[in-house]
Amino acid sequence: MNILAISLIAMGGLGLFFAVVLGIASQKLKVQEDPIVEDVFSALPGLNCGACGFAGCHDLAEKIAAQGSLDNLGCPPGGAKAAAAISKILGIDAGNQIEKRAVIKCGGTRELAKERADYNGVKNCTAAELVGGGAKACSYGCLGFGDCETVCPFDAIQVGPDGLPHVIEEKCTACGLCVEACPRKIIELVPCSNRIVVACNSNDKGGEVRKACKVGCIACTLCVKTAPEGYSINCNLARVNYENGDSAADSAIAKCPTKCIVRL
Amino acid sequence: MKTFAKGIHPSYCKNETKGLRIVEAIAPLKVIILLHQNLGASCEPLVKVGDDVALGQKIGETSKFVSAPVHASIAGKVTKIEKLPHPCGTNVLSIVIEGSGDDSRKLENSIFESRGIENISHLEIRAAVKEAGIVGLGGAVFPAYVKLSPPKDKKIDTILVNGCECEPYITADHRIMLERAEDVVKGAKLVAKACNAGRIIFGVEANKKDAIKVLREVVRHKPEEGIYDGLEVVELATKYPQGGEKMLIKAVLDRAVPSGGLPLDVGVVVANVGSCVAIAEAVFMGLPLIKRVVTVTGSGICEPKNLLVRIGTTFKDIIEQCGGLTADAYKVIMGGPMMGVAQYTLDVPVVKATSCILVLAKKDVEEEKIYPCIKCGRCVRNCPMNLVPTRLAAYANSGKFSDFDEWGGQDCMECGCCVYVCPAKIPIVQLVKLGKLKLRQMK
Repeated sequence: MNILAISLIAMGGLGLFFAVVLGIASQKLKVQEDPIVEDVFSALPGLNCGACGFAGCHDLAEKIAAQGSLDNLGCPPGGAKAAAAISKILGIDAGNQIEKRAVIKCGGTRELAKERADYNGVKNCTAAELVGGGAKACSYGCLGFGDCETVCPFDAIQVGPDGLPHVIEEKCTACGLCVEACPRKIIELVPCSNRIVVACNSNDKGGEVRKACKVGCIACTLCVKTAPEGYSINCNLARVNYENGDSAADSAIAKCPTKCIVRL
Repeated sequence: MKTFAKGIHPSYCKNETKGLRIVEAIAPLKVIILLHQNLGASCEPLVKVGDDVALGQKIGETSKFVSAPVHASIAGKVTKIEKLPHPCGTNVLSIVIEGSGDDSRKLENSIFESRGIENISHLEIRAAVKEAGIVGLGGAVFPAYVKLSPPKDKKIDTILVNGCECEPYITADHRIMLERAEDVVKGAKLVAKACNAGRIIFGVEANKKDAIKVLREVVRHKPEEGIYDGLEVVELATKYPQGGEKMLIKAVLDRAVPSGGLPLDVGVVVANVGSCVAIAEAVFMGLPLIKRVVTVTGSGICEPKNLLVRIGTTFKDIIEQCGGLTADAYKVIMGGPMMGVAQYTLDVPVVKATSCILVLAKKDVEEEKIYPCIKCGRCVRNCPMNLVPTRLAAYANSGKFSDFDEWGGQDCMECGCCVYVCPAKIPIVQLVKLGKLKLRQMK
C-alpha cells in the first residue's frame, strides 16, 4: 500500500514537473514560422517523393513561400489540385495545369519482340543496358527488369507477365521518377486526356524494326497521310501531336500496319 | 616463389591450346575496323566511303593525347562508315573495308631497320609506336606511346614485361613467348630505352616453365646485345590475377601502386609480351598494329587454335577457320572466362583487345540461383585489391553511389575473384561495374 502510494506520488510528481517545464519551454523557445509555409505544406500531398527536386514537401513549401509564386516550382504528384490550392493561399492565378500520367512507349512483349541472346546478368535495366543492351533484339525497346517499378513511390507501375511495365493510371501522379530511371528513356508523361499513343520508341529504319519486333513503328508515314493533324514523324518514329487531341489522331489507328498506335 | 596476397586458383583449362603453334589466319575479304579500340578518346575517320585503301594505311586518328590511330588490315575499298556493334557491348563508329584480295603492297620499311637499339632515340621510338597505333595487348588497351612518355618528374627505373597470362583458357601470350622470344626481348629493350629505365624484368607464371626456359636462354645467350643491366626472368606463382599490373608490381618488386595511381607513380612501366612484339615490329619493320594473336578455344569450338588474326576480322570468319561451333555451343565470350565479355552476335570484329574467343558449351554454363549474402567474408579474403566487395555490391545495388565511392569502389579492377568464391552466387563484380559506371556518369 505504502509502496504504491509512494510510487504514484513520485511518478505523478515527476510527470507534473516535466509537463510544466515543457509547457514553459514550448512557449519561450517557440520558432516563429511563416504561416504561409505551413499552409502551403498542408496543401501538398506530403509524400516526400522528391519529384520536385527538393529534399521533401516541407523544403518545397519553403521555396514556394519564399518565391511567392509557382514559377519553375511545382509538385508533380499534387498536380492541378495542389497547384490550385497553393495558388489560392498565395493569392495568385493558378494558370492552366494539365494533368498527366506516365505512358510506356513500347509494345514489345515477350511474344512480339525478338530476343537475340539469353541474358544471365544482374537483373536490372541499367545493368542490362551496360551489357550490350540486354537480351532484346531492339536496342530501343523496354528491357523489362522494372527499374521503373522499383523507383515508383506510388506502386503505380508494375511489370506484367508479358515482360512489359504497366501504368496504373489511378495511382500515377506524373512525378517523373520513372522517366529518369529508365535507361532507354521509353517512358513519357502524356496529358491524361490523350488516350492515343504510339507504343514504340525505335529510331531504327523500318527494315531493322521489322526484324526485331512485330509491333514496332516502321515510319511508313501512313498515319501522317491519314491524319496529318494528328501525327508527325521524326527520326523514323511516328509521334502523336498531343496538343491536337485524340480526335485528330483517331482515324489512323486502323491504318497502322504494325498496330503500334494504340488506344489506352 | 614470388606472388601477391589473396587471389584465387581457378582451373586453367590451357592444355587444349598451349601446345599449338600460332597459325596465320586466312585473310578475310571484309574487315570491320572499329574507331574506338583503345582506352581514351575515339578516332575520327580519315577516309570516305568509296575510297581505296592500302594494307596498313592509317584510316582513323584523333588529336587527343590518350588515343591510338587505327589502320586498314586489308587492302580494298571502304564500303560503309556507320555505327556497328563493339564486342564490349556498345555501338561505335566503324569503317567497313571490302577487300580486293590484293595484299601485295609492301609496307614501307622502317628507317631503323639497319640500326641497333642504341642508335635509335627515345623520341623516335615513341613516334614509331604512336604511328603504329599500338595499345596494351593484354586487354586493357592503354595506348602504348602514352606509357612510353612518362612525365618529366617521374623517374622510371624498371620495365616489367607481363607474361603471366593468368586468365584461364588463353594461351596467346604463352605461344608468343615460346615462338617470338627474341622479339619480346627486343621490344622490351625498346620500351626501356624510351622510358630511360635501367632494368627489365620478365614476370612469367610457373605454369609456363617452357616459356621461362626459352626467355632465360634468349636473355643469357645474347649478352653482347644487352646494353642494359639486369635482364631478368622471374618465375611467379600460378595464381589469378597475377597478370594484373598492380599485382605483378607487388609480386616482383614489392611496391604498392597508390589508390587511383598508375605504375609510373612507383617508377615502373608494365608492358605485355604481345605489346613488346608489336613495338619491335613497329620500330624495326615499320609495321602498324594490324594483326594480333587470338586464342580460339573452349568446349564449343571444334578445333581450338592459336591464330594470328587481322584486326577487323569478324568472329564468324575466325570460328569458321576453327572448324565451326559444336552443336551444343552456348556462350561466346571475348577474352577469358574471368574478365571477358559475352557476345550476342558473331558479326562483331576482332579488336586490339581481343586476346581470346572463348566458346562454351551449354554444359559449362550454369545459371545459378542467387541467394542472400551470408556475410561469410570469402570475397573480402580473396579480393586482391583489399576491398570489401560484398558491401560495394550492396551499395551499388541500392543506389548509394557516394558510399560506394567512399569504400573505394573505383579501385576495383573487375577481376571477378569475388564472384568466383561467393557461395551465394551474388553477381558482385557486375554490380560493382554498374556502380563504377554510374559514378562516371554522375561526374
